[in-house]
Amino acid sequence: MKKQKPGKSWELRLYVAGQTPKSILAFANLKKICEEHLAGEYTIEVIDLLENPQLAAGDQILAIPTLVRKLPQPIKKIIGDLSNTERVLVGLDLRPSDVNESAVGS
Amino acid sequence: MAKVPVKPIHHMLEKVQTGIRGFDEITQGGIPKGRTTLVCGGPGTGKTMMALEFLVRGAKEFKEPGVFFSFEESVKELRENAASLDFDVDELCKSKLLLIDYIKVERDEIEETGEYDLEGMFIRLDHAINTIGAKRVVLDTIESLFAGLPNAAIVRAELRRLFRWLKDKGMTTIVTGERGNETLTREGLEEYVSDCVISLDHRISEQVSTRRMRIVKYRGSKHGTNEYPFMISDHGFMVLPITSMGLDHKVSTERISTGIPRLDAMLGGKGYYRGSFILLSGTAGTGKTSVGAKFAESAGSRGERSLYYSFEESQSQIIRNMASIGINLKRWLDKGLLHIHSQRSTLYGLEHHLMHMQHLIHEMNPSIVIVDPISNFYEVGTPKDVKLMLSRLNDMLKSKGITALLTCLTSPSNSSLESTTIEISSLSDTWLLLRDIELDGERNRAMYILKSRGMAHSNQIREFVLTSRGIDLLDVYVGPEGVLTGSSRINREASEAEFQSSLKKKIEYLRMNLEKRRGILDAEIAKIRSEFEIEKQKITDLIHEEEMKLKALASTRRAMASSRKADGPKKAR
Repeated sequence: MKKQKPGKSWELRLYVAGQTPKSILAFANLKKICEEHLAGEYTIEVIDLLENPQLAAGDQILAIPTLVRKLPQPIKKIIGDLSNTERVLVGLDLRPSDVNESAVGS
Repeated sequence: MAKVPVKPIHHMLEKVQTGIRGFDEITQGGIPKGRTTLVCGGPGTGKTMMALEFLVRGAKEFKEPGVFFSFEESVKELRENAASLDFDVDELCKSKLLLIDYIKVERDEIEETGEYDLEGMFIRLDHAINTIGAKRVVLDTIESLFAGLPNAAIVRAELRRLFRWLKDKGMTTIVTGERGNETLTREGLEEYVSDCVISLDHRISEQVSTRRMRIVKYRGSKHGTNEYPFMISDHGFMVLPITSMGLDHKVSTERISTGIPRLDAMLGGKGYYRGSFILLSGTAGTGKTSVGAKFAESAGSRGERSLYYSFEESQSQIIRNMASIGINLKRWLDKGLLHIHSQRSTLYGLEHHLMHMQHLIHEMNPSIVIVDPISNFYEVGTPKDVKLMLSRLNDMLKSKGITALLTCLTSPSNSSLESTTIEISSLSDTWLLLRDIELDGERNRAMYILKSRGMAHSNQIREFVLTSRGIDLLDVYVGPEGVLTGSSRINREASEAEFQSSLKKKIEYLRMNLEKRRGILDAEIAKIRSEFEIEKQKITDLIHEEEMKLKALASTRRAMASSRKADGPKKAR
């Protein structure tokens, strides 16, 4: 499940637990968003906790799936299957939380 | 699951001993094995400490590895807290008997974007459990999940799944939960945990704080429904049963010396029963402490350990004062056979005192305990509370076969000296009373035995004398003037002695007189006898003379007749 793209500033990690429909959906959603907004600037590392359970502690993973934005700083966490594109964009700081007032973003 | 440290006496439910002192007693064996127990309570009630001790004791005493999942405190914070309780957490972690993991949930960092579950938490738990082969699990304030994750419905569903999962894995689990306004826990965790729910409480009454524990629910097991006081000392948790389950202590027929020979004699010649509860009451300055110290000294000389709980004097003060009456406590102190614990009674509440005693007894394992004086407990509790506390102390000491000597200060203003202690006297097996006797401008001490169960004891009042050589019990003078003590006794005894010697002299004189008379009589008898002898000789001589005369007369007549050839009537010859 590991896919890598040559990128620069965006380092993303997707934590999953086996190839569940939710994880597959999450990966597909992530891929789509990244291609749309960060083409050529990102790497995605998929970590399957069933294979490497010890890695869950490092990023304090509870929910599956969880997307962690390692870079750029600060670290951001987005949970769920990433089907709500708007909220993913907000979570990744790719878009202010609202057009009128920003509250959720950094 | 090779080791089963459970005592399934008459329960269907298998239990796991927590190792927490007192807790396993009130739950009759611990918490349900392979199930989840909820420990709830307000902030600072000791939930985390109890959960941690469950793991530490499990690892140390039962060799059951445990995993601590903290949702609130970091691993570092937890270790620091545990260090204050001398749990060697680091050591246990190194030897893979304990694993602490911190699960941080912060809502700010999390954006929710669709469906998810908490499989990540399950994986972490599973990984931790497998790493050390855990049998025990703690989830410390799992309710933090509700604060950290926006979708409460998912959290609830996942919690349900989690408890099910832990049960399937056979983990004996403690989950902690914060007390809610109306409910046991803020998020209603008690709905998910159906086997055992324990509530902790921390309240303050009359400036004295007491921690209490209650078993709200324990499915499939008998349990006490009372609130049990507990304390958190530097050795961990300690729960106190309100009263022991029954009056079924083993009693001893062994007798131990009081350290005062005359008192031993008064108590059927042998002293107290081992394991009995001795009450020593008296007004101020009647020598209660001395009797206690003497008992401790005699225990030391038998090689037994004693614990001296003092509420009035410091250790050095007791040592000095007792040395002045020839009781050498220091040598037993130096040998470790005596421990003097001095403390103000107002420092803690009754429960805390009791638990502290229990703790010291646990540490030291003494064969006698002296509390001097219990009357100071009335400063921190009502008579009813004090009686309850002492009866618990009694139960505890009896169950361990420890002999207890409790002194009690009674008020001299009270018309009946015994009345203040009447409350607690029913607990005591032997009740000694020290009192003053004021007479002729001096005050003397007297001791007597009010009761002593199971032995023939003296009904006599003895004068109690403290000298530089120790304690002495003297017979009091009982005469027509009543009971005399001190100088009046000595005076009385002196005049009696004088009277005695004068009587002796008189008897001697009479005896001599008698002898003299006998001498005179004997002399007279001898004199009369000698006179009689003389008389007798004279008379005998006279008789002889007369007889001779008679014979001579007869022979003269015969000679005359033959010369005359008289032919008197012949008689047949």
